[in-house]
Amino acid sequence: MAANSSSDRQRAAQQRLQIIAGHLQRPTNYQPDITAAECKAQEGNPNVSNEERTVPRRRQDIMKWNGWGYSDSRFLFNKKGQAEFTGKRYRLSGMIIPGLKDWMEGTFGASLQHKAPATPILNSTAVQPATINEAFVEEVKATTIPFSVEAEDRVFRAHGHCLHEIFALREGKIGRVPDMVVWPSCHSDVVKIVELASKHNVCLIPYGGGTSVSSALECPPEETRSIVSLDTSQMNRILWIDEKNLTAHVEAGIVGQDLERLLNESGYCTGHEPDSMEFSSLGGWVATRASGMKKNIYGNIEDLVVHVKMVTPRGVIEKSCQGPRMSTGPDVHHFIMGSEGTLGVVTEVTLKIRPMPEYQKYGSVVFPNFEQGVACLREVAKQRCAPASIRLMDNEQFKFGHALKPQVSSIFTSFLDGLKKFYITKFKGFDPNRLCVATLLFEGDHEKVLQHEKQVYDIAAKFGGLAAGEDNGQRGYMLTFVIAYLRDLGMEYYVIGESFETSVPWDRVLDICRNVKARIIRECKDKGVQFPPLSTCRVTQTYDAGACVYFYFAFNYRGLSDPIHVSEQVEHAAREEILANGGSLSHHHGVGKLRKEWMRETVSDVGLGMLKSVKDYVDPNNIFGNRNLL
Amino acid sequence: MNKCSGHEELDILEERRQSGDLSHALRTFSPQPYKEKPPCSASDLSKRTLESQYLQYVFKESSLSMEEVKEDARLLLEEMSQNLQLGFIRLMGYTLSKVFKRLYTNIYVNMEGLNMLQQAIQESPVILMPTHRSYIDFLIISYVLFTYDIPVPVIAAGLPLAGMKLVGEILRRSGAFFIRRSIGSDKLYWAVLSEYVKTIVRTGFAPLEFFVEGLRSRTLKSVPPKLGMMHMVLEPYFKGEVFDITLVPISISYDRVLEESLLAHELLGIPKPKETTKGLFKATKVLQEDYGCMHVNFGQPLSVRELCQGKINRSQYNLTPRQVLSPDVQACVIWLAHLIVRIQEEGSYISPWSLMACVLLQCPTSTLTERGMVWSELKDRTLWLKKLALRFGAHLRWPEQVSDQNVLLSMVALHHSIVAHKGDRVCLVREEVPIRKHRLSAEEEVNRTAVAMLMLASYRNQSLHIFLRPAMLATVIQVTKSTQRDELFTFFCFLKEILSNEFIFVPGKSTQDFEEACFLMKDCGAILFSPEEVTVTEAGQEVVSFLCAFIQPFIRSYQVMLDFLTEHEIKNISEKEFHLAVRSFVVKLILSGTTENDIIIPICELQTYEALSSDIQKNVLSALRTLGVLTKFRGSKNNEYQVDKAAVKRINDILCKSLLELEKIFTHSLLLTS
Repeated sequence: MAANSSSDRQRAAQQRLQIIAGHLQRPTNYQPDITAAECKAQEGNPNVSNEERTVPRRRQDIMKWNGWGYSDSRFLFNKKGQAEFTGKRYRLSGMIIPGLKDWMEGTFGASLQHKAPATPILNSTAVQPATINEAFVEEVKATTIPFSVEAEDRVFRAHGHCLHEIFALREGKIGRVPDMVVWPSCHSDVVKIVELASKHNVCLIPYGGGTSVSSALECPPEETRSIVSLDTSQMNRILWIDEKNLTAHVEAGIVGQDLERLLNESGYCTGHEPDSMEFSSLGGWVATRASGMKKNIYGNIEDLVVHVKMVTPRGVIEKSCQGPRMSTGPDVHHFIMGSEGTLGVVTEVTLKIRPMPEYQKYGSVVFPNFEQGVACLREVAKQRCAPASIRLMDNEQFKFGHALKPQVSSIFTSFLDGLKKFYITKFKGFDPNRLCVATLLFEGDHEKVLQHEKQVYDIAAKFGGLAAGEDNGQRGYMLTFVIAYLRDLGMEYYVIGESFETSVPWDRVLDICRNVKARIIRECKDKGVQFPPLSTCRVTQTYDAGACVYFYFAFNYRGLSDPIHVSEQVEHAAREEILANGGSLSHHHGVGKLRKEWMRETVSDVGLGMLKSVKDYVDPNNIFGNRNLL
Repeated sequence: MNKCSGHEELDILEERRQSGDLSHALRTFSPQPYKEKPPCSASDLSKRTLESQYLQYVFKESSLSMEEVKEDARLLLEEMSQNLQLGFIRLMGYTLSKVFKRLYTNIYVNMEGLNMLQQAIQESPVILMPTHRSYIDFLIISYVLFTYDIPVPVIAAGLPLAGMKLVGEILRRSGAFFIRRSIGSDKLYWAVLSEYVKTIVRTGFAPLEFFVEGLRSRTLKSVPPKLGMMHMVLEPYFKGEVFDITLVPISISYDRVLEESLLAHELLGIPKPKETTKGLFKATKVLQEDYGCMHVNFGQPLSVRELCQGKINRSQYNLTPRQVLSPDVQACVIWLAHLIVRIQEEGSYISPWSLMACVLLQCPTSTLTERGMVWSELKDRTLWLKKLALRFGAHLRWPEQVSDQNVLLSMVALHHSIVAHKGDRVCLVREEVPIRKHRLSAEEEVNRTAVAMLMLASYRNQSLHIFLRPAMLATVIQVTKSTQRDELFTFFCFLKEILSNEFIFVPGKSTQDFEEACFLMKDCGAILFSPEEVTVTEAGQEVVSFLCAFIQPFIRSYQVMLDFLTEHEIKNISEKEFHLAVRSFVVKLILSGTTENDIIIPICELQTYEALSSDIQKNVLSALRTLGVLTKFRGSKNNEYQVDKAAVKRINDILCKSLLELEKIFTHSLLLTS
């Protein structure tokens, strides 16, 4: 019996392992490819990788040009007025979500009768004609590096995923876009392009996954030179794996899901899983100081990077060895990490890798209120026993998560749900309008995971937390991947929203959550928003000395003449509130152009001067002219 | 129902007179509390306070052992903490219904203000900030809020009240928490008190009520605000522990103040009786009297967040643990506190009697005490003043549907303790001479008159804020004889500086004060002004004369005290000595000015009794300290001061010069009126 149950558990574990992998559809004709290969561009066969990798050169073939993610996956209200998620890629795909309509109507005052549809196809005439630097183009042609001046390609690379960027696309409004897109296939291609750009004074904007939420990819409207978008997506190979040192050397254009999948084939992983990992690229992570969901085990990008190669107008910067730590003056990697494409292009990265975990287990805990939840997370951090991931959602998000429960197939499950609800609210006396939930993900040895799990649940119990099952936890993480799709659905019905993050010392967590949420609500009211906004937050990472907090806000914009302006004002005010409450300018989204007005107060005059002097030395002619950060 | 400037005023006693007090006391009370208020009892509050990070930090810093200091803190909290209980609110409601109905004909409350308060209480922690003119202030707010189903407040009170047998405990259970009068440098006490107050604000346990003026005004004019409590209630906002705090200034105005004669006596140096339960019962005889109307005006709720925008940089708390750090936010606190007092002033209602007091005080004292002022003149002047007051934006509670004659007559009747109608004249009522005494000394006679005069002055003070700024401008115009705005403004500022302890000015707003004065004077046709010049109109002379005479007693009192310092060659003086010496100096001056035939008094002698008021004496001392004329000896127990004689002379010269001018006008206007 015991053996039986343990094999059951293993089977369950296997299933669970599919979960993360499950939303990443595996290419059918996949061949392992973990050898150091020659630069394919030189072989004149640039299309090979497109079949094996997620991101083709023509991204618009599989992804939305004016929304998030894959073209085949989206939320919609079917003929019965029920929400469903299309496609086959995700766990939620093809499912009915019965609670979503009521939640949207109740939370935002939205109505299915009031639609705000997007412009269906890109009108090429709305796109400014390309400013071509003929001499540069001629020389690029000579290198055989593929490039394009087509409107669709250029528009796709003119934006990230800030609300105002997507909203403008939906309205068919196109601002300044790159004049040309190039697809280097390897480091030496990049070296050539940067040399040519310097020679002909062309502005280069590196483009990785395009998931920026800091206006980092926006072309500076005042830029008069030809702007060339350097799309790294074709530099996507793992060049080697070093099993002795547990490192892998990877081209920087690889996107998260490909990197993880390829490493998994060899039994390894990086464990770096930012919420955008389906689309965001390794180079982008390095350039923005990214953070992954499971950083408690694997670390953030700065902990993972062993070696970086970056091509700048001054030449290539890299370290001479792979020593795990060095005392050689300020770490030059830290000029690269977070440089946000202002200094050069990251082309190759050596990363730490780990053997794939034997066992993964989700979990969740319900707390009577947010205060108790935060106190529990603080204690977990204090005891340094945080699971791979631990996230605390506030009451509004708890309700939101509930609304996204797919239709339950059996009466028994729904009966069980009712019973659980009764137990928590009636028997335990939790107020449904105050309770909140923490989602957990444990990873590691089977034994250790179970031990670890017990330890965390014991701490939670001290703060009034009740274990609420694996399913709730799992759904919490799944939401992470579909929430961006939901914003597109909202926009169809006059609801716009944005998210932003910060990091803050522990003693400030509750205060900052309360004050920022309240500020959002007050600002919306002051700016004439007709309906109360959704203003919600979650604590997504714990550290020794503080936490990362993520805020979401969304509102129904009917009746507003310039909703995007209002939304930007609200976000601006919320960021002011964050800074006034001891929060940081950004935990992992970066600064871009959206937040650079606060850089001076964030790093001091001298700090900013230091960064500027680096820029002046490395790129005196501002070839990397995206004007982020500084 | 009383309509006042378009807002609905409800007489809450009207309903009490129609239905039973018991059912009122037992009414269903289920107010909408602050939305984020956690379930928290009065004792939880103390527990949270003791366990707070800040107190833990203070405990560790203490020289005592952890156990000892904790126990000390616990005892302090026990002494301090309120124990708000609904039952006692009901008991209080029942008693107050009885008392109020006996004392007052009406208690008006502005419903609009109450409605706004009800909303505000749900949104953020609320601080109720009433004026403090009478003991009655203490529970009236709780009574009104209880009546209208709004959460009742916890109230900061002086510790002596806690010492009253039984009553102290009843107050405690009605929400009072008690603060020692002189805390001095007792660090632990400060820490416990401020943490207790902040815990109340942070949790939004209940609205917090405190008197920003610190103590009851003895003179019925506003008292410069105290900053300690103000700082404590604001800090949770500065430190980001709450999203916002709402301040609600409340103006409580009385037709007649319960303790009027007690206050006058106190000002003359007769100490206030200790607060005892016995004393309270003794005082029940005052319950036999009629005190007219009372007016509770709830001001517009003010968001601290909005007020402090651009004034406080909250991120200055970012780099140090918040329990350790207290950066300098004093300027903002001072500003806010003064602002609140000014709003309280603006929100207060004045009665016809206050205007009558203004007029009466401009009549020579000897006339008032002997023949009296001619009724028709008093009436005409008061009605003239009514127009001016309304022009200046006063909230005047002037009964409608009653003839002016009757309004004024009823006022005289209400204030029979101060004035009496004799034939066609109104004269001052002085205290009865005890029968045993055969003959009063001249000084005792002065005191007798002074009691009545100071009472009168107090009622004049109720409308002080209406006339103050224009009166300062009028004075400045008369004194400088200038029409240049710059010059006028300079002297205006000088006057303001000297009088800044006497009256409430929002710091750093001299220009606005001056502009306001100019605007009001222009609006009533008294002056014309251009960007450079200010000229008095022909018709404006009357206004200017009135205004000069209005503020004259203050300026004259200041000058007398400066004279005293100059004449007596004083080098060092203690506060106590100063009061005594000034008093006898003033009595002498008054006596020397009293002549038998009502001849117009020569300039050098004193017409005002207000220089006898210990309040004004105290204010002069503070003003001189601020101006650097007096320096306090370090560590002296009796507050001894060193006098800088040159400075005294300098200031007195300027004031003296101005006084000479003023006296001329004043004499002139007296000649006209009597």
